[in-house]
Amino acid sequence: MNKLSKLTAIAAVVTVVGFFSCKPRGAQSVVGGDAAQKTYVAPGKYDEFYDFVSGGFSGQMSVYGLPSGRLFRVIPVFSVDPEKGYGYSEETKAMLNTSHGYVPWDDLHHIALSETNGIQDGRWVFGNGNNTPRIARVDLKTFRTAEILEIPNSAGNHSSPFITENSEYVVAGTRFSVPLDNTNGDVPINTYKQNFKGTVSFIHVDTSGRMNIAFQIQTPGVNFDLARAGKAKSHGWVFFSCYNSEKANTLLEVNASQRDKDFIMCVNWKKAEEYVKAGKAEKRTVAYAHNVYNETTHSATSEIEKEVLVLDPKNCPDMVYFMPCPKSPHGCDTDPSGEYIVGSGKLAAVIPVFSFTKIQKAIADKNFDGDYDGIPVLKYEAVLHGEVQKPGLGPLHTEFDADGNAYTSFFVSSEIVKWRVSDLKVLDRVPTYYSVGHLSVPGGPTRKPWGKYVIAYNKITKDRYLPTGPELAQSAQLYDISGEKMKLLLDFPTIGEPHYAEAIPANLIMKNSQKIFRIEDNQNPFAAKGDANARVERKGNEVHAYITAIRSHFTPDNIEGVKLGDVVYFHVTNLEQDWDIPHGFAVKGANNAELLIMPGETQTLAWKPDRIGVFPIYCTDFCSALHQEMQGYVRVSAPGSNVPITFSTGKNEPTGPIAQNK
Amino acid sequence: MKKTFQILIALVMVFLMSCNNSNQTAADASSTEASSDAGQANVKDDASMKDIVKVAVGSPDHTTLISALKQADLVDVLANPGPFTVFAPTNEAFNKLPKGTLDDLMKTEKKTDLQNILQYHVTTSSLKADYFKDGQTIGMVNGDNITVSVKDGKVTLNGSANIVASVQASNGMVHIIDAVLLPPAKK
Repeated sequence: MNKLSKLTAIAAVVTVVGFFSCKPRGAQSVVGGDAAQKTYVAPGKYDEFYDFVSGGFSGQMSVYGLPSGRLFRVIPVFSVDPEKGYGYSEETKAMLNTSHGYVPWDDLHHIALSETNGIQDGRWVFGNGNNTPRIARVDLKTFRTAEILEIPNSAGNHSSPFITENSEYVVAGTRFSVPLDNTNGDVPINTYKQNFKGTVSFIHVDTSGRMNIAFQIQTPGVNFDLARAGKAKSHGWVFFSCYNSEKANTLLEVNASQRDKDFIMCVNWKKAEEYVKAGKAEKRTVAYAHNVYNETTHSATSEIEKEVLVLDPKNCPDMVYFMPCPKSPHGCDTDPSGEYIVGSGKLAAVIPVFSFTKIQKAIADKNFDGDYDGIPVLKYEAVLHGEVQKPGLGPLHTEFDADGNAYTSFFVSSEIVKWRVSDLKVLDRVPTYYSVGHLSVPGGPTRKPWGKYVIAYNKITKDRYLPTGPELAQSAQLYDISGEKMKLLLDFPTIGEPHYAEAIPANLIMKNSQKIFRIEDNQNPFAAKGDANARVERKGNEVHAYITAIRSHFTPDNIEGVKLGDVVYFHVTNLEQDWDIPHGFAVKGANNAELLIMPGETQTLAWKPDRIGVFPIYCTDFCSALHQEMQGYVRVSAPGSNVPITFSTGKNEPTGPIAQNK
Repeated sequence: MKKTFQILIALVMVFLMSCNNSNQTAADASSTEASSDAGQANVKDDASMKDIVKVAVGSPDHTTLISALKQADLVDVLANPGPFTVFAPTNEAFNKLPKGTLDDLMKTEKKTDLQNILQYHVTTSSLKADYFKDGQTIGMVNGDNITVSVKDGKVTLNGSANIVASVQASNGMVHIIDAVLLPPAKK
């Protein structure tokens, strides 16, 4: 061995040693060496993006920071949250009212951030209730659920809440076709083909955010799965994927997979608006709850609305078309230009990409392949831009970057595949751990993708984290997409089961974030704005305690004169006008939850004492150095007792002889 | 061989440094404007009611107190949720101290003494003016007590300092006093 080759050998050994010592080991070796650098957000620094992640069967929405994966908040939406008193306080119970009464849980699958001109604007985020059909709007000033609207003529509100590019509408397609609400529902299930119908709803959003169902379109009895609004050139259209064009009512696993192609339903909503204006919609009697939270009264109201306008495509030509799409399409995504619509057949071997221009031409040329229940079916070849060949197994969803690339998730082959929209060429693929469902690129569903990352939302984590018994966390995985190759950077567990999520640059939201509620604006009829208004009043069997909370005491904190059989309403007003100083309120034995009251807010806890005695009350939120002193007592006497109502703070001094040791 | 060894060392150094470098530059991935590391008193917040620090900073009569609080590292403490009651001597009150006392206390080596005096002006609970009773003693943050006297509605502390005005702050009460309270001499 000559000197040079010896040197080379040594250098090679050193290189190998150096390589291994720098690189993370084991299963993590798929992670890029600079992953820590790219995801580390130092203490006190802010993340670049907010990530709004659906909670699935938790019914809630969680808020993470990206790229760190830090959890900031879980926003209660469709499920009660005893931590915040949501659904337990008298003020919030109405948010969960439906035509079925109080429904304290749902299944939140999809997220839609509000948009202006096809760009995320940071005003609101919408979420769908999948089980008892509902759409919620969360206000991003307060990160609280501001409104929940029930959807009539729907069952399994899965194809929802997808938004148009100026937030004109959020749409809601029913997963289950059913006998519609105003028909006799007492029919044999195997009369599906005769009696079951689908609907898609167009929910108008006004400039204040308030929702109302503008109209519904009655459809053949298929299952609607997902949807996307058109954008730019295709603005004015919404594309709904649907499966079960077989109209099976049992064992869909087999019976809804018979046909080679199901459909993407293309709806021209501007046309639909014209038909509504022209009086073509039928007014149908239904019942659905419309719940609104008012940040001035700090209370929700629930109204049952009784009417909805329904358009039947039979009477409305040129409004709805079916576009064949292979094998039970799931995701149905439009690219940033609005020209391409990507269908992902769960069981398909290709990803078809449709062209909006060709769709328009096929419609103009009446290039149809017959009809489906009277609705024209566009000829597949006439509307196809092309197919991505052999992309992977089980394509589900597609998002886009700003450079003409698409990213599709594959559940069965557990991977994300990057491909180019123009020539349908597969460019890169990365594994996910494991079994990815949705994926998201910041701004990915809009006209302006912010790019930088793609996040996979995985269903299975098996060996990925420390085991926690049979039930494991689900996960999000963050990939860098700034280069040609996707690189795994980070994974983190999520709340509930994440379905869709949307990330948005932090600066579009953080500047609007509210700090306190101004006490002078508090219009809750039970507010006590200042200690002078604190009081306890009896009204028959009801005792109303108007309590104030400020560091570090309640006024009043000694209450007597409650009798067994009374219902006590604790109306607690947080007098603080200081950011991040909530007070909590709890009473021993209450059969509901605590209150968590933000500065300037009033919330009410109803309590029915079950026995005679003295019951402690206390502040549950570590508000101050004397938080542990923030407590009081409520005395409950026998039903016939003549103990009068009394209340005070700092005045009820000890009386009587003090026992002394002799 | 010696040369080979030197090259080897050099290579090892290169790799060590390349590892180190990547660690050093792993500072953070955030690009949005960062929050301040400067403590609670520096939190940007124009929506909330003013806290005790902001009340004092906003008063032209309390510039000496603010300088003293800064020197004693007590500014962030008084921006804490508290709650606090602060007896806040005016500039004039500080001027009444024997000549040179304050300058002496502002020296680095006298920081403990300054902290002791300033903490003798703070108690950890929010006491409104109507809470004070004649003959009451109040335990202060430095561990000593003050004595309250109330005559004809006028509150005097330790027989020497009068409350001349009271201001509600978000995290407690500020009572403006016309003399500096001096803690009892150490036993």
